[in-house]
Amino acid sequence: MKSFHYVITDEVGIHARPAGMLVKEAKKYESSVMIVKGGKKVDAKKLMMLMGLGVKCQEEVTVEVEGTDEETAAAALETFFKENL
Amino acid sequence: MKRLLLLHWKHSLKRTYKKGDRMETYTGKSIFNGIATGKILFFQKGQQPVTRVKIQDTEAELKRYEEASSLAAEQLNALYEKAVREVGEVNAAVFEVHAMMLEDDDYVESIRNMIATQQVNAEFAVASTGDNFAKMFQDMEDEYFSARAADIKDISERLVNILSGKDSSEGIGEEPVIVVADDLAPSETVQMDKEKLLAFVTRYGSANSHTAILARTMNIPALIGVEISESWNGKMAVVDGYTGTLYVDPDEETLNRMEQKQEEDKKARELLLELKGKEDITAGGKKIRLYANIGGVKDVGSVLANDGAGIGLFRSEFLYLESEDYPDEETQFQAYKTVVENMAGKKVIVRTLDIGADKQVDYFHLDKEENPAMGYRAIRICLDRKEIFRTQLRALLRASAYGDLAVMYPMIISVNEVREAKAMVASIKKELDEQGISYGDVEQGIMIETPAAVMISDLLAQEVDFFSIGTNDLTQYTLAIDRQNMKLDNIYDSHHPAVLRMIQMTVENGHKQGCWVGICGELGADLTLTETFIQMGVDELSVSPSFILPIRKKIREMK
Repeated sequence: MKSFHYVITDEVGIHARPAGMLVKEAKKYESSVMIVKGGKKVDAKKLMMLMGLGVKCQEEVTVEVEGTDEETAAAALETFFKENL
Repeated sequence: MKRLLLLHWKHSLKRTYKKGDRMETYTGKSIFNGIATGKILFFQKGQQPVTRVKIQDTEAELKRYEEASSLAAEQLNALYEKAVREVGEVNAAVFEVHAMMLEDDDYVESIRNMIATQQVNAEFAVASTGDNFAKMFQDMEDEYFSARAADIKDISERLVNILSGKDSSEGIGEEPVIVVADDLAPSETVQMDKEKLLAFVTRYGSANSHTAILARTMNIPALIGVEISESWNGKMAVVDGYTGTLYVDPDEETLNRMEQKQEEDKKARELLLELKGKEDITAGGKKIRLYANIGGVKDVGSVLANDGAGIGLFRSEFLYLESEDYPDEETQFQAYKTVVENMAGKKVIVRTLDIGADKQVDYFHLDKEENPAMGYRAIRICLDRKEIFRTQLRALLRASAYGDLAVMYPMIISVNEVREAKAMVASIKKELDEQGISYGDVEQGIMIETPAAVMISDLLAQEVDFFSIGTNDLTQYTLAIDRQNMKLDNIYDSHHPAVLRMIQMTVENGHKQGCWVGICGELGADLTLTETFIQMGVDELSVSPSFILPIRKKIREMK
């Protein structure tokens, strides 16, 4: 499993549009992608759950990637977070 | 789509008005100047009552749901396309998200499960799933996230409407109306028939809301912040966008007065057409350069149609925003050359690349910033990544051989920045000379949009041919008010004496060094300030093409 931490800098957090983009990005990979925040863990391939996590600005999340393409997926997702969130 | 609940007209069309009878007057903030007279359509979001029905054939019911879901997705995609055309990509994004929610695994799974295991009708499965998810969002503490409940309800209602054969896009009916609402969601505004919309009046919303943007794009009068009432439905009303007034049940006198004002409004527009081809000169003989702001090659047509004497601000960002990778020299050269050639010898001032953390271009790989307005942007990027800047400057110089092209640098705060940019231009000219490539006599100028540039404008004026004051950023930086922050709308005063003094100082310092001075920000189009600017000695005003003729009229009336 690959994982990384990220502190959200987007003003409104993981809001609707970037959440949608994140789901699209996560679905590109075979690996499972989970977002963990304060003991809660949700599937990044599920839009409503992801938005339901209510990640706000300045909050830290842990992204866990596990599967056959975890190397590429984790790297791509880390770039995605930096650019969009 | 929220269903629009059309209430019955409470008054007949042929109602007669007695003088002073029951007229009510309300005021709000005007979004667009203009007069509209017509009947009020009050609408509110209505929910379909859904009943639970036990079904036998679950397979057929699942299929019915699948079909409704793909139809809903189609509708949302169409709405997205329509919105992109009418209100732009950023405002349209909400429909893309709705389409994704519709296909969300958990949402779909929950609906399918209810149909399959509880043998309920698809309408009921959708409605209760929608309620559950909406509740999850509603209970969230954060205001932004709890507001997302509305999105879930929106898509669920759309599905229920399709399933029960109700047309969710019935819009606003056949008769032209003044639409009165608490607030208008993007999906509601976008699907309204533009021909039937006389005006908008809403209780909520800000000057930057979807309603406002739409009203301006469509040139229709609109008021926000009005204490609306459902009882107005079907009543006659007049919206006066000039004064921000709404008259409900207007008396005969008001109707006549407004009719006259509307007529004058129409005449004024016609008169403006006559002003085409006339010089921009005051009655006292002072000539003003009245130029246009454009954002791409496609805007040149409207500059010519509105008789602009030149282009005072050609935003070059579009070349970068519309591209997947850095646009090469040839692509840029062709775009600049096209504009310069079409303007046939009239001045074209190109502002060099002004992107930054708020205007993201993927391939620039810019970091997300806390405070993008004060961040790594515009000339700061250009002087740091010189290869990008060099490509643009070379393309500009080459295009200058085809007409009167000038180059303008944005976000300047120091003399050194200007010298560095000028040194690059000089070295490129030398290179072009060696290669036997021709270029024209290019004026170089800077945007004055930071208080720093104003304070050292005497020094900057020694370096350049012209100044162009960017009033939007200058106001934001001078007043320390974020323009995007709606809470500050009421204190964002672009007529603030501090801003006007900044402009005055820039003009005086520029003129002392033989530099001409223009204004290319939104304030340049403010008719109430035209006279002030000209008295200050401003030489050029650059405005959206549609503002050229109204300002010409104003100038020609001045002493």
